[in-house]
Amino acid sequence: MLARSADNLFWVARYIERADFSARMIDAALRLAALPKAYGGDGTEWISPLAAAGNLELFKQIHDVPDQDNVFAFLAFDRDNPSSIRNCIENARRAARAVRTALTVEMWESINAAWLELRRIESSRDVTKPMPREEVDRFLDFVKTISRDFDGAAYRTMLRNDSYWFNRLGLYMERADNTARVLDVKYHVLLPEAEQVGGTLDFFQWTAILRAVSALTAYHWVYRESIKPWLIMDLLVLRREMPRSLVSCYENLARYLDFIGQDYGQQGVSQRLARSTYTRLLNSRRDEIFQRGLHEFVTEFLADNSRLGGVIAEQYLLS
Amino acid sequence: MTHFDEMKGSEGVVRSCYRLVEDWLAHTPPTLLEARRAQAELMFRRIGITFAVYGEQEATERLIPFDIIPRILSQSEWVKLEAGLKQRVKTLNMFIADIYGAQEAIRAGVIPEDIVLRNACYRPEMAGHRVPHDVWVQIAGIDIVRVDDQDFYVLEDNARTPSGVSYMLENREVMMRLMPELFARHRVAPVENYTDELLTCLKSVAPASARGEPNVVLLTPGQYNSAYYEHSFLADRLGVELVEGNDLFVREDVVYMRTTRGPQRVDVIYRRIDDEFLDPLVFRPDSALGVAGLMGAYLAGNVTLANAVGTGIADDKAIYTYMPEIIRFFTGEEPILKNVPTWRCREEDAAKYVLDHLGELVVKEVNGSGGYGMLVGPHSTKEQIAAFAEKVKADPANYIAQPTLSLSTCPAFAGDSIGARHVDLRPFVLTGANGVRAVPGGLTRVAMKEGSLVVNSSQGGGTKDTWIIEDTPGAGQRQQQSQSFQSQGGS
Repeated sequence: MLARSADNLFWVARYIERADFSARMIDAALRLAALPKAYGGDGTEWISPLAAAGNLELFKQIHDVPDQDNVFAFLAFDRDNPSSIRNCIENARRAARAVRTALTVEMWESINAAWLELRRIESSRDVTKPMPREEVDRFLDFVKTISRDFDGAAYRTMLRNDSYWFNRLGLYMERADNTARVLDVKYHVLLPEAEQVGGTLDFFQWTAILRAVSALTAYHWVYRESIKPWLIMDLLVLRREMPRSLVSCYENLARYLDFIGQDYGQQGVSQRLARSTYTRLLNSRRDEIFQRGLHEFVTEFLADNSRLGGVIAEQYLLS
Repeated sequence: MTHFDEMKGSEGVVRSCYRLVEDWLAHTPPTLLEARRAQAELMFRRIGITFAVYGEQEATERLIPFDIIPRILSQSEWVKLEAGLKQRVKTLNMFIADIYGAQEAIRAGVIPEDIVLRNACYRPEMAGHRVPHDVWVQIAGIDIVRVDDQDFYVLEDNARTPSGVSYMLENREVMMRLMPELFARHRVAPVENYTDELLTCLKSVAPASARGEPNVVLLTPGQYNSAYYEHSFLADRLGVELVEGNDLFVREDVVYMRTTRGPQRVDVIYRRIDDEFLDPLVFRPDSALGVAGLMGAYLAGNVTLANAVGTGIADDKAIYTYMPEIIRFFTGEEPILKNVPTWRCREEDAAKYVLDHLGELVVKEVNGSGGYGMLVGPHSTKEQIAAFAEKVKADPANYIAQPTLSLSTCPAFAGDSIGARHVDLRPFVLTGANGVRAVPGGLTRVAMKEGSLVVNSSQGGGTKDTWIIEDTPGAGQRQQQSQSFQSQGGS
């Protein structure tokens, strides 16, 4: 396939996954913000979604103090924020339109319908006033349905060939990146077993993290235990059955890269790098990670992940 | 102005091929038509069938109005039209090959030399070159109008990069979904095989140096082009890669595309960008749409361009005026399709006549297209006419003029009622190494404004599905013959 098509297929999945993640982070912050201060609603909850999206600096250039309204507007609708939800949807649609021939009708219609709906919402939105909470919730739900719809369409209708594989690579690259960023923002409340400081006050922080990645129920199923910060780390990094965990994302990345390598009859740097990160995650143990420091671990992972992105681009997308 | 209505004829007697449509219209309440139209629009918008109108900022992605009443031609009308189209396109191929080859038509005085060689669309780069299988115009769109139930007139030849075929195909899809009951009453010749025919045609003209199955691609200027939807639609239906200039490169006179597996050779390029943008080394150096070195590969015979470079000359409206003589010269036959009588302003007497009668005529630039740069005398103000007169005086050779034809009309659902609207027809004609073919039907364009004669989509015209049906519809269907649409309960 055309290198440009592969690139667009990769990015359309990334943009949609990113929009979904932003919506989930806003959702989590809204919950925290509704809590009394004593329960963790300390007024800093609007910094987390900005930090996790990696655009706290950009935000500070435009606004003073982050609050619900300006953070929501910035993350959802700001055209100057390259990863705002509206920009993600528009970029996804632009990428999709450039490779319409490589998408199935269902995929195209889902992204096109999402873009038309976004335009409708934008044109009816009163920019001079904060969006009413009810509409905010409806908007976030709408964004989350886009990813389900698009992803479901891809899963159900695409031929299992390189088009599908490059699309999946984009999805899992972005997802791994997002999970790691949540961990990075919240590493200070995710402590090992021995250090039970903070206690129940952090409970709401922890559940907010789980909710943000829709893993609260999964947590209970996997551990059958009350919420423990070290198990949250375990779930989001090391559990293969958790579809957003780093190890699960890398299992998929390694697998789809292998499919491409086998199909093209040639393995390269990206296959080796993905497999080595996957093996490292498989062999990691919880206490080791805490011993070395969760922050250091995550920082290193983010660097590896971004290196893999670069290598995939070099090997396939830019040729 | 009286005109021929394709449903009601000239005397108000419903023509037999429209019998069932007329019955259907008589028994379908406008509210149902309105609902169907809304459904159709929704379908088009969801699929993303849009067309950009240049010069309209906010409306960069607009829908072409779609009229849900089909335009009908009988089988016997089509047989005649098809023969004329084939004759015309065969001639266009011979004529263009001759222009860039032996120039016999010029030497025989069939057409003046300067009108060819000084033409803006003449490509001296092609002089003395042959193209694979001597096919220059693989895809032609011939614009047809009628003024009575006898004759078809050619209004324009489009041999450069005719567009609109995706609307022909999508209109049919939408109609079949929306109007199953109307389809059940007719036997409509299918058009969906167009893309298969096109692929066969494109593969048949691959260069001799192509190895194995020819690799065909469709070259688009990109998603901001007005016809991008059509490009992606066709690439999809053809099952070929939709490439932009940056996806291609040329090495040692061979064209390759950049793929995830490395470079892959390209044999046939169905290009939807104009000559001037194809290769910055040969044509416009500022073109970012083309491929450096493409002309070198082309002239070396390593890649086929469809349509060939230089075919735009046949779209020229001054050259059009010579087509009847050109047909006689190359085929020895009488033209089956008529030309609209045309004054060539390059001729002094004609220019004088045109300037004296601007208010009655349609005046066009010889290489204009899309309804831009033309004057429709009877529908223009004194000021517009005066301004246009100055343009004609300044450069008479750049203009031709035609009488304001009373184009035929068809029933259309415009606004909230059914009314007669002027139409034209663009059938698509394919020429491969294996001969000339026309898919039955074409794109009917309709002027949605009452009385308007301008059907171009860039000027707000709409489209209709075009049906070629048996001469007496319903005759072979015993069961249904007695049923009227009334019994359908309008569902």
